[in-house]
Amino acid sequence: MNNIIVYCEIEDGILADVSLELLTKGRKLADELKCELEAVVISNEVEGIEKVILPYGVDTLFLAQEERLYPYLTLPHTSILTKLLSDEKPQIALFGATSIGRDLAPRIASALRCGLTADCTSLEIGEHRDKKQKKDYKDLLLQIRPAFGGNIIATIINPETRPQMATVREGVMKKEIYAPNYKGKVNILDTSKYINEEDFIVKILERHIEKKKIDIKNSHIIVSGGYGVGSKENFELLFELADVLGGDVGGSRAAVDAGFIPHERQVGQTGITVRPHLYIACGISGAVQHRAGMEESAMIISINKDAEAPINNIADYAIIGDVGDVLPKMIKYYKKNAK
Amino acid sequence: MKGYKIIVLAKQVPDTRNVGKDAMKANGTVNRAALPAVFNPEDLKALEQALRIKDENPGTTVTLLTMGPGRAAEIIREGLYRGADDGILITDRKFAGSDTLATSYAISLAIKKLSPYDLILSGRQAIDGDTAQVGPQAAEKIGIPQITYCEEVVAITKKSIQIKRRLERGVETVEAPLPVLVTVHGSAPDCRSRNAKLLMKYKHAETVTERQDGTDDYLELHDARPYLNIHEWTVDDLNADEEWLGLSGSPTKVKKVTNVVFTAKESKVLGDKDDEIEELIQELLENHTIG
Ligand SMILES: Cc1cc2nc3c(=O)[nH]c(=O)nc-3n(C[C@H](O)[C@H](O)[C@H](O)COP(=O)(O)OP(=O)(O)OC[C@H]3O[C@@H](n4cnc5c(N)ncnc54)[C@H](O)[C@@H]3O)c2cc1C
Ligand SMILES: Cc1cc2nc3c(=O)[nH]c(=O)nc-3n(C[C@H](O)[C@H](O)[C@H](O)COP(=O)(O)OP(=O)(O)OC[C@H]3O[C@@H](n4cnc5c(N)ncnc54)[C@H](O)[C@@H]3O)c2cc1C
Repeated sequence: MNNIIVYCEIEDGILADVSLELLTKGRKLADELKCELEAVVISNEVEGIEKVILPYGVDTLFLAQEERLYPYLTLPHTSILTKLLSDEKPQIALFGATSIGRDLAPRIASALRCGLTADCTSLEIGEHRDKKQKKDYKDLLLQIRPAFGGNIIATIINPETRPQMATVREGVMKKEIYAPNYKGKVNILDTSKYINEEDFIVKILERHIEKKKIDIKNSHIIVSGGYGVGSKENFELLFELADVLGGDVGGSRAAVDAGFIPHERQVGQTGITVRPHLYIACGISGAVQHRAGMEESAMIISINKDAEAPINNIADYAIIGDVGDVLPKMIKYYKKNAK
Repeated sequence: MKGYKIIVLAKQVPDTRNVGKDAMKANGTVNRAALPAVFNPEDLKALEQALRIKDENPGTTVTLLTMGPGRAAEIIREGLYRGADDGILITDRKFAGSDTLATSYAISLAIKKLSPYDLILSGRQAIDGDTAQVGPQAAEKIGIPQITYCEEVVAITKKSIQIKRRLERGVETVEAPLPVLVTVHGSAPDCRSRNAKLLMKYKHAETVTERQDGTDDYLELHDARPYLNIHEWTVDDLNADEEWLGLSGSPTKVKKVTNVVFTAKESKVLGDKDDEIEELIQELLENHTIG
């Protein structure tokens, strides 16, 4: 009762990144709310899945495993979750804002008549005062999401209905193991109590899923490096910052030509065009061909030794300094200040 | 009966795709009122899928269903010009403030009123609310299966439909019995353009309210040509439980809205000192640039 539950997605026996990100976030929220973190996996039998999930600080893992529950189908997954959520009565239920999560969560929310916030980029705990009804709400989930084609950022709350349901974008939150030997329990569900034959009236005839490739286009935060980063080894710092921020790494052509990073990550006229919420340009001079691929980023931070570098003219913040000094500080102060 | 009875869900939305300079306020935020109102792009693609089935299967009818203010009748006319057979506008002050749960409740009642039907097509996502929740929620409320992210209707018979779905990392073909609700993905083909003959035919298609407000008197015309009536349904026509509509039927509340500022600001120049970096990080956390 009153816990936080995360729906975990499985593809080919592997847990989706977004699910691990949600478990990490869920653990933090659970600590703040002093409740437990629960996870649910619905799939075919996956050997040792609890060893992957419990270290994220999961107190109870619900497993519904049966051959025909993988690949994902809307109706059986909805039936299982609708009953599980009705029985367990969590206060918060989180899903990835993926092809699966955005198909599944609304159907469950409708069945439970609960509020569902779409495609969140940030989650916080906070309070709310309903001025009309003079009612105060404590410990609400503040669900922050872009809407209106990205032109506004809205904070959505579900004051009255439980669970407070949200789908969350992949890659906007970090993933971090909570305790390698975390002691959680595994609760195997008797699927016959949750699903029936009618849940299988939709049939999958054919399926082609590609392996995950490098694709930074959909990242909301891009840490990008140029020739000024100096070496492939130094790029590790960029990967580290991207990792803690929940972003990905890009680079200039000079960095690609020097062999620091592969071409798939090149931003610019002969690379890809990106429009992240935040673009951090490290040791990039800001040649017009590079700018062509990143100028429309919502916010640009440059880190450059040279105060006269052209990139500074389009940056919202220009940090004048050495990449090797500035990045570790950013990582340190992010870890210190992030909730 | 020959052909299929298809309902297409369509929403009139402000065009948030290409926010031009004239739709910007002085402070660099978008003036939402200045954006043109359009047929939601993926809903047009849903209409095209319906029209393709109609092309292949004589006797098929395509009904547009939209919920919105009076002016949303514009998109029904737009659909009629492209080949839809008729349209229904659900409109009532009592729908104001609906979130996706209340919206899908109202839409599901209208769909039930239109039964029997074979197929419901909708867009995947509207470009203003951006939630992609109304399709699956309407399907649940009616009690039929859903197939999301349709790129192509591969085959349809009186018993079942085969759909190719576009997933984030691949494609899938599924088969479902009819009736089913299908949401159409942006990767599906564009809608055909207006047809000149249909434009002539439906130019004066109007709702009762529009006719009453209009200056021209087409009353006789509408009596002689019933297809020029765009049906208007209110809460009373839907037999709705008012508690589940509008604000009271909407569990989600918008607590706060921040406009994203587009114009490039003067850049702030910082040094590499610890306190400067820490302050920057705190600022980014506060305005949710990083989370
Ligand atoms: C047809 C054509 C297409 C092109 N397409 C692309 C493209 O798609 N993408 C692209 O990026 N480029 C492209 N280019 C190349 C482009 O013109 C530039 O040469 C390239 O972007 C420069 O990369 P850079 O900024 O990393 O390197 P440089 O221009 O060498 O800049 C390095 C920067 O790092 C700074 N620096 C050095 N050391 C440090 C340090 N320790 N700490 C902090 N700062 C430091 C320097 O002050 C300098 O500003 C194209 C060019 C042509 C002609
Ligand atoms: C800033 C902001 C944020 C919001 N966030 C949320 C949220 O997180 N959760 C929530 O529940 N509500 C939210 N809402 C409310 C939501 O936008 C409205 O309920 C809206 O009417 C329907 O949602 P949508 O635009 O996202 O449609 P979608 O669910 O994206 O629409 C999918 C498809 O359903 C059909 N459809 C949708 N609306 C209609 C209609 N009126 N008539 C006919 N067909 C239609 C269309 O075919 C459309 O392509 C938010 C509103 C605002 C202003």
